[in-house]
Amino acid sequence: MHVRLDDPIDLDAFRRHARQLLAGGVPPAQVEWNGERVAGRFDEANDAPPTPLVAGTPHAVPASFVALCGDVILHRDPQRFALMYRLLWRLAHEPSLRHDPLDADMLQAQLLAKAVHRDIHKMRAFVRFTRVVGDDGLERHVAWFEPDHHIVEANAPFFARRFAQMRWAILTPERCVEWNGETLAFRDGADRREKPPPDAGEQLWLTYYEHIFNPARLKVAMMRREMPRRYWHNLPEAALIQPLTDAAEARSQSMIDAPPTAARRIRAPIALHVRPAEGVAPADLGELRAAAHACRACPIGALATQAVCGEGPLAPQHMLVGEQPGDQEDLTGRPFVGPAGQLLDRAMAQLGWARDSVYLANAVKHFKYELRGKRRIHKTAAQREADACAHWLDSEISLVRPEGLVALGATAARALLGRPVAVQAERGAWLHERRDGRPVFVTLHPSALLRLADGERAEAYARWLDDLERARGTVAAASR
Amino acid sequence: MDIQRKLAILADAAKYDASCASSGSQPRDSLGGRGIGSTEGAGICHSYAPDGRCISLLKVLLTNHCQYDCLYCVNRASSNVPRARFRVEEVVQLTLDFYRRNCIEGLFLSSGIIKSPDHTMEQVVEVARQLREDHDFRGYIHLKTIPDASDELIARAGRYADRLSINVEMPTTEGLQALAPEKDESAIRRSMARLRLRIDDTREEARRVVPIRALPGAAPTAAKPPPFAPAGQSTQMIVGADATDDRHILASSATLYGAYKLKRVYYSAFSPIPDAARALPLVAPPLMREHRLYQADWLMRFYGFEHQEIVAAPDGLLRLDVDPKMAWALAHAERFPVDLNHAPREMLLRVPGLGVKAVERLLQARRVRRVRADDLRRLHVPARKVLPFVVADGHRPAAGAMAAAVPAAQPTQAALF
Repeated sequence: MHVRLDDPIDLDAFRRHARQLLAGGVPPAQVEWNGERVAGRFDEANDAPPTPLVAGTPHAVPASFVALCGDVILHRDPQRFALMYRLLWRLAHEPSLRHDPLDADMLQAQLLAKAVHRDIHKMRAFVRFTRVVGDDGLERHVAWFEPDHHIVEANAPFFARRFAQMRWAILTPERCVEWNGETLAFRDGADRREKPPPDAGEQLWLTYYEHIFNPARLKVAMMRREMPRRYWHNLPEAALIQPLTDAAEARSQSMIDAPPTAARRIRAPIALHVRPAEGVAPADLGELRAAAHACRACPIGALATQAVCGEGPLAPQHMLVGEQPGDQEDLTGRPFVGPAGQLLDRAMAQLGWARDSVYLANAVKHFKYELRGKRRIHKTAAQREADACAHWLDSEISLVRPEGLVALGATAARALLGRPVAVQAERGAWLHERRDGRPVFVTLHPSALLRLADGERAEAYARWLDDLERARGTVAAASR
Repeated sequence: MDIQRKLAILADAAKYDASCASSGSQPRDSLGGRGIGSTEGAGICHSYAPDGRCISLLKVLLTNHCQYDCLYCVNRASSNVPRARFRVEEVVQLTLDFYRRNCIEGLFLSSGIIKSPDHTMEQVVEVARQLREDHDFRGYIHLKTIPDASDELIARAGRYADRLSINVEMPTTEGLQALAPEKDESAIRRSMARLRLRIDDTREEARRVVPIRALPGAAPTAAKPPPFAPAGQSTQMIVGADATDDRHILASSATLYGAYKLKRVYYSAFSPIPDAARALPLVAPPLMREHRLYQADWLMRFYGFEHQEIVAAPDGLLRLDVDPKMAWALAHAERFPVDLNHAPREMLLRVPGLGVKAVERLLQARRVRRVRADDLRRLHVPARKVLPFVVADGHRPAAGAMAAAVPAAQPTQAALF
């Protein structure tokens, strides 16, 4: 059985023939395909179709197979139709084939498709347009390219999408395509002599190519792998490859050998970033922030984005102190903006307690975390890290001058009271232990509520609201 | 100065930046527009220089005048290299011209810091603005941002650019302080955090917009929020200019990926520059080390390796004779051989020579049948590398085969200090 396709890349014709052959039960071994575009390609008629088209549902193949066919028939390999028909036949007769990605025929087809994709990609990369002004005074961009496979039709829409507002033509030995700003027109191949001569602007591109090359990093094999030699004769910059390569070693050695020259101008470094003096108490919150940023008294500072100091009004009734910044706080530089902060916001809104009436801060100023894959997982600061950080909180308290301090969670309570605190036992009351006379109220950290199981959360949240309400109402009385 | 000369100087000044990617942005084309340009997800390398690096973007500096005096940098204030400055329109015209020739995917613009960070950033943003607004250019734009530039300028940069980047340059704080006294690591980190938040917010907003049906019967469409650097942010570290070992470099990268969700960290082997600073004794760039770092980076991003487990040697350096995955496998011989028919995905990914795609295919195949050693040949994986580490039907590696997989020659790492 002999099948001749008129056009080497006509997927519909191939599908039509293949379907008929399959329906007629013609095994692949009995079919000879010939789809190459040859002179007088319309001369020979196909052999009569093997059987009349059989009515009924065509064999179902995976959608990916049709796409694969579309790619494979663009390949120059004369065996491609036979391969795809064999695969179609096998898909219809071997149910397990579609689940086996390592089948030899399937891999062969994928290999061909890959070669086609690569050719399409290389055409997108290595087509070089030259500006040509025609006799009609119209400007066109014309390129000469030699693809490996039958890809001009398949690739043309890409150039139309990319250069929509440009009139351009790509000439190849087998097919040419032209875009007039609205439609693509195809015609038969062109002669190499139609390749336009270089235009005046090309020298700029060559200058760029010459100067973006770093002679100290010669890797010619690497370049050849991605830009094989056979493309070079159509790439204007390729003429520079040999001279640049030849001179590279000497150029690079002369840089190494060159004696240092006197500095062009000597000046003191610009003081863009004021580094705070060490051991001096900050005079205001701005200085506090800058000094805390630079703090490396414990290892966590080096890993964080920034120190997160508190925010809120000066001399407020309440300063709420949490544990330490989390991921979001670390990125924004603001306290209580992550999930726990949002829960606190919700609670305060429910109590009619304005967030901007309190000063919100953390006991530890830097975010401590552990990297797990690409995520930062919060880790509670160790006691020595919290201790190293304690003076920042003390400075902050004396600069902010709140009337009362609300400790959210054990870390904050310990930082404020200077002793270990069992939160559940001591929560809900004002404690008068601090040397500066400021009372401390202890309750849970909102993140403790987030960790509770759904069933327990409602009750715990209600109790926490009670705590906050009590703290809010009595600070004036308590501090008196 | 004519444009040829300027281009020569300012391309020279930009060639030490390793980044060249033009992928990962939102797909768009110029059909129905006023200008040219498209991006379709994957970027295209339009040419390759003899240094093996791809040319995908027009990579230039707006100016190589710079107030900063970073020792590793050819453009530092004290260097005696020739200086030049492009006018904004000149960069715009060069980009459009090269793009029309199909020589590039777009522009990668950086600049020496002149007058002030804001002044510099404003010029850089203006180039992108003219390309996008005046010329309706829809190709790729990568802008280098200046860490201390104002928030408003960063917001505008992100509106025009596909990708933004800030170079950390040195893998450690100490290195930065020693070699780039004007740069401030925490300012760089804050800027990266700022970019990450804006990128996240824009994505979140795009997810949240409710599609609206404009005409009866038409598919509902959503009003897109203005983009912000849709291809994300990246950074570069110079390798070999200071004494930092590979373990610390990878730890820095892991932190950057985790904290700021960078798309890429580029490693640039420090190479001889014209008029080098006295403080940096020059040798040939440690290209193999750079290559191994890229491989290690790949292991962190796609193969489930944690940064701590990649470098085993006590000196903190990656082996140069074998790739990092092979090095890990040799150091963990007790975990091998791996059974191709039973091992979980995570373990298959740790077999030297098996890539992500090959592993996916093996997993798929083994759902319907048993995997044989012959299958590896069809997968186009390097059998010589893989076979000593795996068991499959018809194959069991001989004792000691793993050790034999290592080449004999043991080059040593070229170190600067």
